[in-house]
Amino acid sequence: MTTTATETPIAPAGTWQLDAVHSQVGFEIAYLSGTFKGQFREFDGKLVADGDEATLEGTVQVASVDVKDENLSAHLQSPDFFDAEQHPALRFTATDISLDGENVNVRGELTIKGATQPTEVTGTVAAPLTDAYGRERIGLTLATTIDRTAFGVDWNIALPTGEPSLADDVTINAELYFVKAA
Amino acid sequence: MRVLAIPGSLRNDSYNAKLLYNSVELFPEDVVLDLWGGLKDVPPYDEDDDGVDAPAAVTELRDVIARADAVLIATPEYNSSIPGQLKNAFDWVSRPIATNPMRNKPVAVIGASTSAFGGVWAQAELRKVLAALGARVLEVELAVPHAHERFDERGRLTDGNFVEQLTEVVDSVVLAVEERAARLEVTA
Repeated sequence: MTTTATETPIAPAGTWQLDAVHSQVGFEIAYLSGTFKGQFREFDGKLVADGDEATLEGTVQVASVDVKDENLSAHLQSPDFFDAEQHPALRFTATDISLDGENVNVRGELTIKGATQPTEVTGTVAAPLTDAYGRERIGLTLATTIDRTAFGVDWNIALPTGEPSLADDVTINAELYFVKAA
Repeated sequence: MRVLAIPGSLRNDSYNAKLLYNSVELFPEDVVLDLWGGLKDVPPYDEDDDGVDAPAAVTELRDVIARADAVLIATPEYNSSIPGQLKNAFDWVSRPIATNPMRNKPVAVIGASTSAFGGVWAQAELRKVLAALGARVLEVELAVPHAHERFDERGRLTDGNFVEQLTEVVDSVVLAVEERAARLEVTA
């Protein structure tokens, strides 16, 4: 975990735990004649804000990949793709968070299949509010597009034209609800 | 450690079976190498015949793979590709794909062929098939060309270079099993 100063605090000081029930982490990738989408069901995250400094970290369980067919899920978990047995979690650790109005820019390190790459994530932050049960909440909507082959996730199969079936670029989307720890 | 060795050829004097025999003494003493000889008994794949009453040879193959820590396959090359019977056997093994016994299993593919290239295309295609099953396909290669000139009357490899390459394959298989076991122990 790395801590870096931000000009404007992303959140009131404190530790903000991810509300995984309401949050979503998904991916989109061009495949054949469309865009294939999937999501992960199990993940965790934490945002720690302390004045000018903030850290954001999260992990996603590869085995929880959620697509409509169990055989496809099995393929995604195999060494052809994420290799869930050897690398059970995806990980993101923020090293630099900056805010411009509601727009947030997060520069950190993303680890997939054991390979770590610097990754820039952008999105928006929803202003803090207090929910009906008295808990303080903030929301982050984040996205990034990465080249999966840079992480060693390089499965493909050629079309009759010789072109690849599956794109290299994949967009990761995260709709993150955080609740301030008591 | 238990390693399942599968020759992709059916004939009695198979070069690929000989290649696997040559690996026996290269494995450490505590490794049990099971040579599976049931390939000829596997019927043509038919989903209607699968399930709890799957053919005995299929059930046996699934079981011996499940019991093995790794699989070593030596395949000939028929018409630039995998022998039909070997492909057919792994089509059975692959079902259902999400729970098939090859998932995450370290597997090495080697081969001998009477051709000048040693069956490299069959090996490449078999690796692709095994990856589709979710196996941990090891990045090792051994293609023995002109196989009819490579074994003595006792079936031993006559070229030290191939023995060396086979030793590297064997070492990779053992290492992959050890690393996987260590990883699973940490995870557990």
